[in-house]
Amino acid sequence: MAIHRESVWKAVAYGTASIALYAVLFVYSDRFVEWAERTRDGEKLLFIIPIVVAFVFSYVHGAFTGYFWDALGFRAAKGSRKPGNK
Amino acid sequence: MEVTFIDINAASALALFVVGFIGGMVSGFIGSGGAFVLTPAMMTLGAPGIVAVASNICHKFPKALVGAMKRAKYGQVDVKLGLIMGVFAELGMIAGKGIMTGIKQAYGDMGTNLYVSLVFVVVLAVVGGFVLRDAYQMWKADREGGAEGEEPELTPLARWVQSLDIPGTMVYFPCIRAKVSLLIIAPLGIGTGMLAATIAVGGFIGVPSMIYILGAPALMASATELVIAFVMGLGGTVLYALDGVVDIRLAMIILAGSLFGIQIGAIGTTYVKDFVVKLVMGLIMVIVLFSRFFYVPGYLSKLNLIDPLSDGAIATLKFVGDATLVLALAVGGITIVVALIKGMAAHREQTA
Repeated sequence: MAIHRESVWKAVAYGTASIALYAVLFVYSDRFVEWAERTRDGEKLLFIIPIVVAFVFSYVHGAFTGYFWDALGFRAAKGSRKPGNK
Repeated sequence: MEVTFIDINAASALALFVVGFIGGMVSGFIGSGGAFVLTPAMMTLGAPGIVAVASNICHKFPKALVGAMKRAKYGQVDVKLGLIMGVFAELGMIAGKGIMTGIKQAYGDMGTNLYVSLVFVVVLAVVGGFVLRDAYQMWKADREGGAEGEEPELTPLARWVQSLDIPGTMVYFPCIRAKVSLLIIAPLGIGTGMLAATIAVGGFIGVPSMIYILGAPALMASATELVIAFVMGLGGTVLYALDGVVDIRLAMIILAGSLFGIQIGAIGTTYVKDFVVKLVMGLIMVIVLFSRFFYVPGYLSKLNLIDPLSDGAIATLKFVGDATLVLALAVGGITIVVALIKGMAAHREQTA
């Protein structure tokens, strides 16, 4: 499988950011559980925390996984499946 | 409401990561699926039912967003159709949740379990059989020398739907290349949402309805379903997050695996013909259908609708049912990987 240099660097950069995010999530795990408890107890605005976390993780980790497969040579077939371009 | 979040250790995190990966791969390829294994998997690890459902939905919307963006790059997504169906699906989800709550109040947990199983069996038998038959016919036509990339013929139902003209309700959808009435889209979206609220996999109605009723190509239907899943998932997550029952740690572990999977599933669609998507979807639906047969005797027994079974017999049947679900995901995962590797090899030969 061909290795793609540019994708490798991007995969490493986003991968590092992704690992950092997961580290923060687990180091402050108790804090996230506490925020959920406070939401249940009536501080409804805290509902935004899991939504923001989900968006941030999906952006960073989504970019990482995309470049990861790209770096390994798993790429879409070029122009083969676009409508009107069959 | 008394809700507790579970402790997560390395083994449970790894298990959720792997199930997330395979579920993500299936979702990236057929537009849905995988979710039906994650909720029971989280409950097996000790998460209360409502936390498992909420965390599952919370991992679905970012996963669907990443998958939809990936497939939009390949020109497979009809954003307008996805957003409109997504809004109707949101309404369907609220209605579906209402029905589940009503059944639970009247007949308890066993009542909802039986209802869910019956919905599984009926929907999967009808839709899964239809999808498989279609995949077989397309495969046969392909082997007999049908032109590659040729548009599959519209079903008579899709032709009728596209010929309807109800003033004030018509919207043009690029993936169908025709105008369709919102009065047709509404029940399809609502049905998708109701199924999502019932069995967690709305795509089992959403994707086939876009193919056979609206006339969308299978690849575009499965990609557009990801937009619907995003809209539904975001709405569902907000509702559950307001109740404080989303365990974001659980959701993000599953997301870690499923984002690896959804990318590879989406790439896989660019190497296969339409019938392979239908074949994988049909196979998964039929295997999931069989898994439900193993749960039904236990529910009937507990509701005293048949002679009581021993606890051991019920536990054994449930284990076989769970194993069959895992088999459905494994079959889907292996089929996609094989299709991807074969497709990439053939593509390299062609372009060499």
